[in-house]
Amino acid sequence: MRKQLYSAAAAAIAVGLAGGPAFAYTAYVSNEKGNSMSIVDTTTMKVVKTVDVGQRPRGITISPDGKFVYLCASDDDQVQVIDTSTLEMVGSLPSGPDPELFVLSPDGKTLYVANEDDNLVTVIDIASKQVLAEIPVGVEPEGMGISPDGKTLVNTSETTSMAHFIDTETHEVTDSVLVDTRPRFAEFTPDGSQVWVSAEVGGTVSVIDNKTRQVVKKINFAIPGLRAETIQPVGVSITADGKKAYIALGPANHVAVVDTKTYEVEKYILVGQRVWHLAFTPDQKTLITTNGNSNDITFIDTATDEPVQSVTVGQQPWGVVISPK
Amino acid sequence: MPYTRLAVIALFFLGVNLSAALAQTAPQAKPQKQAAEVRIGYLRAYAPELTLSLLDLPPRDEGVAGAKAGIKDDNTTGKFMGQHFDLDVTEVKPDADVTKAFNDLVAKGDRFIIVDLSTPQILSIADLARDKGVLLFNIGDRDDSLREEDCRINVFHIAPTRSMLADALAQYLIVKRWPRWVLIYGSHKPDQLFADALRRAATRFGGQIVAEKEFKDTGTARRTDTGLAQVDQQITAFTQGLPDYDVMLVADESEVFGTYLPYRTWSPRPVAGTAGLVPGAWHPASEQWGGIQMQNRFLREYGRHMLSKDMNAWTAARVVGEAASRTRGNDPKTMSDYIRSDKFSVAAFKGQKLTFRKWNLQLRQPIFLGDGRTVVSTSPQAPFLHQSSTLDTLGVDQPETKCTLK
Repeated sequence: MRKQLYSAAAAAIAVGLAGGPAFAYTAYVSNEKGNSMSIVDTTTMKVVKTVDVGQRPRGITISPDGKFVYLCASDDDQVQVIDTSTLEMVGSLPSGPDPELFVLSPDGKTLYVANEDDNLVTVIDIASKQVLAEIPVGVEPEGMGISPDGKTLVNTSETTSMAHFIDTETHEVTDSVLVDTRPRFAEFTPDGSQVWVSAEVGGTVSVIDNKTRQVVKKINFAIPGLRAETIQPVGVSITADGKKAYIALGPANHVAVVDTKTYEVEKYILVGQRVWHLAFTPDQKTLITTNGNSNDITFIDTATDEPVQSVTVGQQPWGVVISPK
Repeated sequence: MPYTRLAVIALFFLGVNLSAALAQTAPQAKPQKQAAEVRIGYLRAYAPELTLSLLDLPPRDEGVAGAKAGIKDDNTTGKFMGQHFDLDVTEVKPDADVTKAFNDLVAKGDRFIIVDLSTPQILSIADLARDKGVLLFNIGDRDDSLREEDCRINVFHIAPTRSMLADALAQYLIVKRWPRWVLIYGSHKPDQLFADALRRAATRFGGQIVAEKEFKDTGTARRTDTGLAQVDQQITAFTQGLPDYDVMLVADESEVFGTYLPYRTWSPRPVAGTAGLVPGAWHPASEQWGGIQMQNRFLREYGRHMLSKDMNAWTAARVVGEAASRTRGNDPKTMSDYIRSDKFSVAAFKGQKLTFRKWNLQLRQPIFLGDGRTVVSTSPQAPFLHQSSTLDTLGVDQPETKCTLK
């Protein structure tokens, strides 16, 4: 009896160890107001370093090999390239004026940038630092999503309230789908069959079928005790298995967890103030949110969908990306 | 002064960038099909105005530039919808008969007309417009009566009313715990209407007007060769002997004295209303909620800062554009039904969606409170709650309305 208990405890410890964060990942957070980038160890949940970057850093992404961070320095009108081993800026890309958000092609070779001031999407070849194309889209382009096969790019234009589908070979807009007011973000499901587009002012997320290019579902949110106008969806992250979508609700200070089959909201997770963007650790066990008005990020355990801890970063954290290894 | 200097510097740099940009051919979006026309008229009463401060002189294209910016945005969207928007601007004199100018716009095919006119001018064409199936969008008139006893089913009000502006200001002063006010008002009708709105706001939100004083317009010139020599003495003497107060409220829409109050009062107290801390539909320094994008493209395109009337006109053009793209057409009746339905909303860099009050077609909107330099706050203030929309804590609410739409 006693022996059994011991072995059960030992097994529990072993499971605990295996279930714990076995790998240390690095999260990079752009601090819009602080003109800085916070480097966070996802295991210890501590800021290990803060580096100065260009003015008004917003969109942030990382090369597939984890060697370079790309950062939109909006007020410097450039995309800065930062070596992750030295955290030094090693170059910049010609993004066009006021870059805000971008997306990297799955092969890591091409960067697609939304230029809000010019109503353009700029296509940049990273190796040669050349602009390959400028694609006219709607007013104030922002959200950028790319299909897993890299063939379809989706850009959202905020004042036009459309999701523009762009063929990445021809650089032509093939379809423009009306969504609710002020679309901010576009995210493909891992199988590439759908694009989820958040509408900040409209307060909804539109699910668009990538084949028919029709809105198949509009997801609404309601949090007891909160006024409807505070619910302003921005960032969308979908799990690698495609089962759950996490949606940052801005000044509602919550992240919604949505079942991608039923489109039902399963839970609202309280995080920090004005939550905008999200990123999973590569093992999918943790989701990190950026909370602009409380100057912190929140770690969410995706197994329980409970917030684990919030960590203060720089001034007005905007975007977050996590190293692939 | 700082605005002007900034604008000149910004223009210089923009000019350089622009010429470089123009050297390349701008890429064009591919139209999907033959474009459907949506013609928007713009009827405006204009005469040069004098203001106490040179900085407050209205630019020649005040409002019109905003409408142009809105049409440009509508057309960028229209390229993907197969719709094209046109703007027709017509000017008349203040107090002139506007029916001919109105009829001319309608004859050209305009069914959506942005109006920057006086209350009597708007009323003189409102029913005519209704009978011809024309929608009017009021961007300049703040008169509450136009949304109450004189409301019309075909007149949409983008400009906030005096009561909305006064309530926005009062909420902020109460939240700051500065509840004791003196009210100084001018002797012209608009001044007195705004004074009425401030009195109503005091009652509504718990402010206390401890004294009132009228500043009579004796017909003095706004400009003299000796400049401000006597102004300080005059204002100091005029504001002497008032009971103790927290804030001096001023209602001087007619630009006779209000601008002179800040820093010249007998007691060292802040000024708010038409001078000092001023409520408005927009502020040229608002950057929040994506506003910086609007400010940037407006400055680049029109060489000056965007004012409240520009924002109202931009919003009017966007309301028409939004209704056209959502209904995929240009029929005024269908679009009017859509604008008045629960489905409609428009975004205007004010942090939340804007919708129309169904009972009087007034646009619900947050109000900016700003001094000459920055946005100080935005109302409604968080502590003031409402059963349906906190935006309805500003202005005349549904249970109080005198409007019957017809």
